[in-house]
Amino acid sequence: MSALTTLDVRAVEPVATAGGVYAWTFLLIAFPALGALVLLLGGRRTDRIGHVVGTLASLASFVVAALLFVDMLGRAAEDRAVNQPLFDWLPAAGLQVSVGLLLDPLSMAFVLLITGVGTLIHVYSIGYMQHDPRRRRFFGYLNLFVAAMLLLVLADDYLVLYVGWEGVGLASYLLIGFWQHKNSAAVAAKKAFVVNRVGDMGMTLAVMAMFAVFGTTAFSGVLGGADQVSEGWLTVIGLLLLLAACGKSAQFPLQSWLLDAMEGPTPVSALIHAATMVTAGVYLIVRSGAIYAGAPLAQTAVVVVGTITLVMGAIIGCAKDDIKRVLAGSTMSQIGYMVLAAGLGPAGYAFAIFHLLTHGFFKANLFLGAGSVMHAMDDEVDMRRYGGLRRYLPLTFLTFAAGYLAIIGVPPFAGFWSKDRIIEAAFADNLLVGTCALLGAGITAFYMTRLMLMTWFSERRWKPDVHAHESPLVMTLPLLALGLLSLVGGAAMLWTAGGIVEWLEPVVGEEEHALPFPVWVLTAATLVVIVAGVALAWMRYGREQVARTAPTRVSFATTAARRDLYGDAVNEVALMRPGQRLTGSLVYADSRGLDRAVNGVAALMGGSSGLLRRVQTGFVRSYALSMLGGTVLVVVALLSVRLS
Amino acid sequence: MSDFPWLSVLVAVPAVGALLVGLVPRRRGVLAKALGLAVSLLTLGLTIVVALLYRAGEGQFRLTEQYGWVERFGLYWSLGVDGVALALIALTAVVTPVVLVGGWDEAEPTGRSGKGFVFLVLVLEAMTLGAFAATDVLAFYILFEAMLVPMYLLIGSYGGPRRSYAAVKFLLYNLLGGLVMLAAVIGLYVQSATLRPDGGTFLLSELVGLPLSPQAQYWIFAGFMVAFAIKAPLWPFHSWLPDAAGEATPSTAAFLSGVMDKVGTFGMIHLCLPLFPQAARDLAPVIVTLAVVSILYGALVAIGQSDMIRLVAYASISHFGFIVLGIFALTSQGGAGATLYMVNHGLSTVALFLVVGFLVTRRGSRAIADFGGVQRPAPVLAGVLLVVALATLSLPGLATFVSEFLVLVGTFTRYPVAAVFAVLGIVLAAVYMLWMYQRVMTGPVRPTTEGMRDMRGREALALAPLLALLLVLGLYPKPLLDVINEGVAPTLSQVGVADPEPVQPATAEGASG
Repeated sequence: MSALTTLDVRAVEPVATAGGVYAWTFLLIAFPALGALVLLLGGRRTDRIGHVVGTLASLASFVVAALLFVDMLGRAAEDRAVNQPLFDWLPAAGLQVSVGLLLDPLSMAFVLLITGVGTLIHVYSIGYMQHDPRRRRFFGYLNLFVAAMLLLVLADDYLVLYVGWEGVGLASYLLIGFWQHKNSAAVAAKKAFVVNRVGDMGMTLAVMAMFAVFGTTAFSGVLGGADQVSEGWLTVIGLLLLLAACGKSAQFPLQSWLLDAMEGPTPVSALIHAATMVTAGVYLIVRSGAIYAGAPLAQTAVVVVGTITLVMGAIIGCAKDDIKRVLAGSTMSQIGYMVLAAGLGPAGYAFAIFHLLTHGFFKANLFLGAGSVMHAMDDEVDMRRYGGLRRYLPLTFLTFAAGYLAIIGVPPFAGFWSKDRIIEAAFADNLLVGTCALLGAGITAFYMTRLMLMTWFSERRWKPDVHAHESPLVMTLPLLALGLLSLVGGAAMLWTAGGIVEWLEPVVGEEEHALPFPVWVLTAATLVVIVAGVALAWMRYGREQVARTAPTRVSFATTAARRDLYGDAVNEVALMRPGQRLTGSLVYADSRGLDRAVNGVAALMGGSSGLLRRVQTGFVRSYALSMLGGTVLVVVALLSVRLS
Repeated sequence: MSDFPWLSVLVAVPAVGALLVGLVPRRRGVLAKALGLAVSLLTLGLTIVVALLYRAGEGQFRLTEQYGWVERFGLYWSLGVDGVALALIALTAVVTPVVLVGGWDEAEPTGRSGKGFVFLVLVLEAMTLGAFAATDVLAFYILFEAMLVPMYLLIGSYGGPRRSYAAVKFLLYNLLGGLVMLAAVIGLYVQSATLRPDGGTFLLSELVGLPLSPQAQYWIFAGFMVAFAIKAPLWPFHSWLPDAAGEATPSTAAFLSGVMDKVGTFGMIHLCLPLFPQAARDLAPVIVTLAVVSILYGALVAIGQSDMIRLVAYASISHFGFIVLGIFALTSQGGAGATLYMVNHGLSTVALFLVVGFLVTRRGSRAIADFGGVQRPAPVLAGVLLVVALATLSLPGLATFVSEFLVLVGTFTRYPVAAVFAVLGIVLAAVYMLWMYQRVMTGPVRPTTEGMRDMRGREALALAPLLALLLVLGLYPKPLLDVINEGVAPTLSQVGVADPEPVQPATAEGASG
């Protein structure tokens, strides 16, 4: 009965079934999944070819994606969603979950980003991890990451999406903790997983609520039926999905894991921050647009979370001296922009995805650039021990500069186009939110300029025996590609083939936003704020000398920002310490109170406190005795019930 | 062919095998172990035949057999399997050879014979299989009680320094439960006199639908339930398990928690639900509450453990909470999820006990603090522990996720608050598993863990089938779920409950509108 219902839903969906080139859709996931399997089970035999296999698996997936993309471009807008059913996964009377893939313009955009940027990161890692004895395993994990992320964005059912969702969590756990012999890495990995699990509670509950409400977890049934469900349920589901998104996308209040995730090798950070993982939350919200459409309260919550995080991340970025942590703060902040946009509904969805894509380019670029710098500086991450590097790493500098200009939003670099749209949409929605978004742009300009000055300009503050050198070609070529994308990627997506907004329109819809003032005023204002941020940074770090050690006497605000705005401190006071006290007292109670009581009863039963030591003789007697007593008691009780 | 007593043979093979092992001279320990392994593999083969015949058959109970024993008192040897029983029989048949291989050398340090270990494990297998296949309440009861003896001997003979205390505690607890159950069995027999004027009956087929007054239902249900809750174990009857598992050898603990305890949860779904539908419906909220307490309590106490084996035992208590939760949610998803959970928990917990046991044997200590950095010298062992830990925390993609999700979703439709609390368990599970992994495997290598051996051939052989099943059943659980659904559906209709309807059913109109 319910199986039929589910089928009916599928049947009425305007989704074509995979044929022709679309029959290859599953290969997108199969290549990297197979790569991971071979590399992780193959053992030492695959050590020498590990990096080649891993990179080729990712590349093969990208080639398939490109072919599918070309074919999709040739189709009419309404024919671009293609479904590939694979197999029945989980049949349980009433709940029928089957594994199927949905390739539509939204997932296509993600697939290209994941496989494209992902492959560049693979190539870069060949050089970066060259001297690591466990390089093969590293590539196995990278492939696992890519496969899981692809499953996440291609699934046509929330429960199948959840498998990819958690697979991403697993891959990040493995990669953040890749250098397991370091305690800090192991702790950071566990933290990332556990914090993500808190978000997963939201995911689990959301899927459960979907089943209770819709009787299915398939996109077709849930999103197709959302307009007939009460606002209360949609709000609940929307808020739960937001909780899930907060975990994966490191949004307030689940942001704390991201800043520690720097313990992994640097290409991992590029992968987590640019191509995979943190974008998953944005995908989830945009994909679930039909739910948020009927839940204005949940939408507002999304906007609030995004706004808070974008400001928080930017402030944290200002106070860090560790180059990777500055970039981590900037990721929080930029994802905050995307979440904010996603909270604006159809007016913002396309811009959220647009910014996600451009961010994917320039953030991968920046992280890999930072990795190249660390490579040159004996893994030094403290920017106070950098300085003047532009002469020693010219190629890296060039590409890094492109990423820098893109992230702060200088025209015509990629970030300008996408961030500008979000700020516009934010102002159209709410003046306060718009102001925060505008302010965020200024702070971004400040801390990124600070990073640029401390790293590439200013005087040399290197440690004594460092010999800075440019990275090998296998690392700089991906940087060049990403640098180019940071330059032209935004404009290209906006102006070619009808543009990204039109491309996504069949999936996410479109809505014109009305600004209370002309657009050019806002663009000009944004540029002014950015220039102000740059100028401020130049005055503090360009004109004046940079100290070799971080100043200790600083304002309260700086201290707070250095300590991640007390995110960890709050977690510790509010969750960890009470949790420890709770488990501690339960363990105590379990071994004392409860157990003693039970042992006491046992001793009584045997009629002898020495029972526990003289078992063999004691138990037969006690058994027989108590059996008799108990039986008599219950039989009497039963008989009396019957007689009465 | 169809009259061949397949189930009796299935039970008899390990029993006879145990006797044969008993005849092997004490000095020929290896022969005894090899013979035992061969018998357990033969049993596994027979189980596959039984599964195939089940698929070809019809009706709720299939491959039924019934032989008169003392017919005047309604005593029969009556066997039959439904989907639930078949799933658990398959679990038992898979786990027994794994435990034999995993515990191959465990008897050596105690100075006792490996022969005795094999003998007892095979006897346990026969009794467990019999309990799962029994369709007669008295036969089930006898086996339920009798299996305590070989387990008592396994814990008491081969365990750690406090093994006598642990074995006695195990026995006392379970005897207490068994005695309450005996009273309930007798009570049920007395009540069944309305069916047979000349006596009573123990046959499940006749007892289902027996009209009982509400009071009688409550009392007898409670009698069974107490025994099953102790065996399962459910909070607050759990405290024997950490002691028993902690003092037993790892493979004994694996069999105890992985297979034998499932007889308790099996009894709930096999006897408590169909025999006492009204009591099951009325008392379900109480049991659901206890189950949620078990989930959270077990997980929280697991986090605080400093002993690896006890940590695993408390994790099991948390997981048994999920199983009981699914059973008493009284929904198709909950029932199917709980049954699948029994199988998956069997696989994952046996693997976890064995891996942890391998570590404990190497280091000579159960304290987590005595480990650290083991992944350096033993990367394969570390990888396997991680996979098993992920299975224990129900990572999507592994078998355990499917069952845990089904339990949760099946609970949510009827008891949303209970489901919300139970979901907290997924975070706690991540904490206790990954924290243990972190403390044991990661960090700098310690002098004490420096030369630790990596996984050996025999150990890998024991774990490989479990890991493969956890992965395959995670990606494609359908064949197993189909069988389980067939078993759960009639049980729920006997209880007289229907699944809650979706608020907004996803009909064709809904999707197009």
